[in-house]
Amino acid sequence: MGDYIVELRNISKSFGKTRALTDVDFYVGKAEIVGLIGDNGAGKSTLIKIISGVLTPDSGEIYVHGKKVEHWSVSAARRAGIETVYQDKALAEQQTIARNIFMGRELTGFLGFIRGRDAYNEANRLMRDIGFTSKVFSPDSIVATLSGGEKQGVAIARALYFDATLIILDEPTTALSLTESEKVFGFVRQIKQQGCSAIFISHNVYHTYDVADRFVILDRGRVVMSAEKREIPSADCLVKDLQDIARSGRPIK
Amino acid sequence: MLSKFVDRNRRPISALAVLAVLLIAFTIANPKVFLNAQLYTAVFTSLPLSIILAVPLVFVIAAGEIDLAFPSVVGVAAWACALVIQAGGNHALAALAALLVGALAGLLNGLLVTRAKLSSLVSTLGMNFFLRGLINLGTRGEGIPLTAQLSDAPFRFIFAGELGPIPAQMFWAIAFAVIGILLFSYHKFGAQVCCVGDNQESAREMGISVEGVRTLTYVYVGLAAGLVGILSNALNLIFWPNTGDGFLLSTLAAVFVGGTPTWGGVGTVTGAVIGTFTVGFVTTGIIAAGLTGFWTQFFYGLVIILSLLGHRFNQPRYR
Repeated sequence: MGDYIVELRNISKSFGKTRALTDVDFYVGKAEIVGLIGDNGAGKSTLIKIISGVLTPDSGEIYVHGKKVEHWSVSAARRAGIETVYQDKALAEQQTIARNIFMGRELTGFLGFIRGRDAYNEANRLMRDIGFTSKVFSPDSIVATLSGGEKQGVAIARALYFDATLIILDEPTTALSLTESEKVFGFVRQIKQQGCSAIFISHNVYHTYDVADRFVILDRGRVVMSAEKREIPSADCLVKDLQDIARSGRPIK
Repeated sequence: MLSKFVDRNRRPISALAVLAVLLIAFTIANPKVFLNAQLYTAVFTSLPLSIILAVPLVFVIAAGEIDLAFPSVVGVAAWACALVIQAGGNHALAALAALLVGALAGLLNGLLVTRAKLSSLVSTLGMNFFLRGLINLGTRGEGIPLTAQLSDAPFRFIFAGELGPIPAQMFWAIAFAVIGILLFSYHKFGAQVCCVGDNQESAREMGISVEGVRTLTYVYVGLAAGLVGILSNALNLIFWPNTGDGFLLSTLAAVFVGGTPTWGGVGTVTGAVIGTFTVGFVTTGIIAAGLTGFWTQFFYGLVIILSLLGHRFNQPRYR
């Protein structure tokens, strides 16, 4: 239990008469990529919003690094190293990569002037760490000139710089081409290499299968399946499980 | 190395190109135009004031807003300065009063935009009328002569004296522009201004106080307007109720001609300074080239449209 970065126990959340989550148990271990799968309305967003502190659960307990938390909020989540990367509104596109990475936390020296060379080198290191291999891009490149997958990479690099221990990726590959998605997978694997964890949210099972160590499937507000990757021989098996769940509405043992 | 420099400074370089084209055109029209000393006197008297106003306007526009109230802020600041001098007050105190009134008026503009969430276009337009109205009511349209108090005072020398052929206000403008360039390109403030104007949601998400940064840009304009108010009093040795009025369109035009786009997120202080020269030379150049004043507006329009077309094709538009 002490090994979990975040653990949720018996979490329930309703919006009016709609039960978004019912008795959900969920955890993320160290250096683990958890694939959170579910159809629209399954409760994925509600679950991640509870983890990132945007929503407060009606009942249930939240443990962070093994300690029970009482007043969970966005800023408390940030302090605990939980960063969410949203697809659209993450970056200032007319600015350089370096400026985006240090946005709001500029590396400043004398009288608030930016230590340009330090920022450049630090951004460069972060980009290489996360797997930007292209020589075309430097920390001085304008974000608008990057492709969709690379933009996700900048957002992930920024989250890592913010000392994240858990990065929540909300539908990072939606609307991306195959090669672009492949780039994002590369970035996500690097998150693990850095010793950090991630929650990878998607309704694309194939994408999730590629990148995750463990799968959690949500259906109508309940966790209906939780399995290690080694228990599932291929993405197609996972798809079949999902279809069974959708048909029967019952959890798989 | 060179291409990197060009890439980074695309906007000011194209602003410089526009200025060069204009100067060449005037030279062709009348080869003796730049031998006319009057041209330089005219340009160097009013130009520095325009530069001082254009610099912080780049910050406001890059932060995604607009300020149309700065001419009247110059007015109230100059008025406050003149009142202190008229009352026999200390001249340093008078200068301080101008800066303080300017900054407070700027703060008010900023708060109307960021806290009351008014449209900056309309609220600063309203403030421009309102502040000018206050001056007109307070002065009953009459000027405040300052000749007796200022003629031999150090105040006059510091703000409107001459060092060789160069007027003091030019030194103030250069200092102000250098500080502006450093703040915009190498300081945390400039970086945050651009992030706020580029994508305010992401800036907020990253912990930048969007409202605070925007308000500061208006205070910055207010401080500049205060300085211009001081310089204007020192130059004219009289405070006129319409002080600052003439700057509205020409200064804004200078910012845009200089290569700062209207949509926020990017801008160039160097370009705005160059743009000020371009716009300044239009009026004086036309006269010096022997054309009648009727050509002025025609050339203003031509220069503005042509430079925007130039910038449009010389820089990518991301949105």
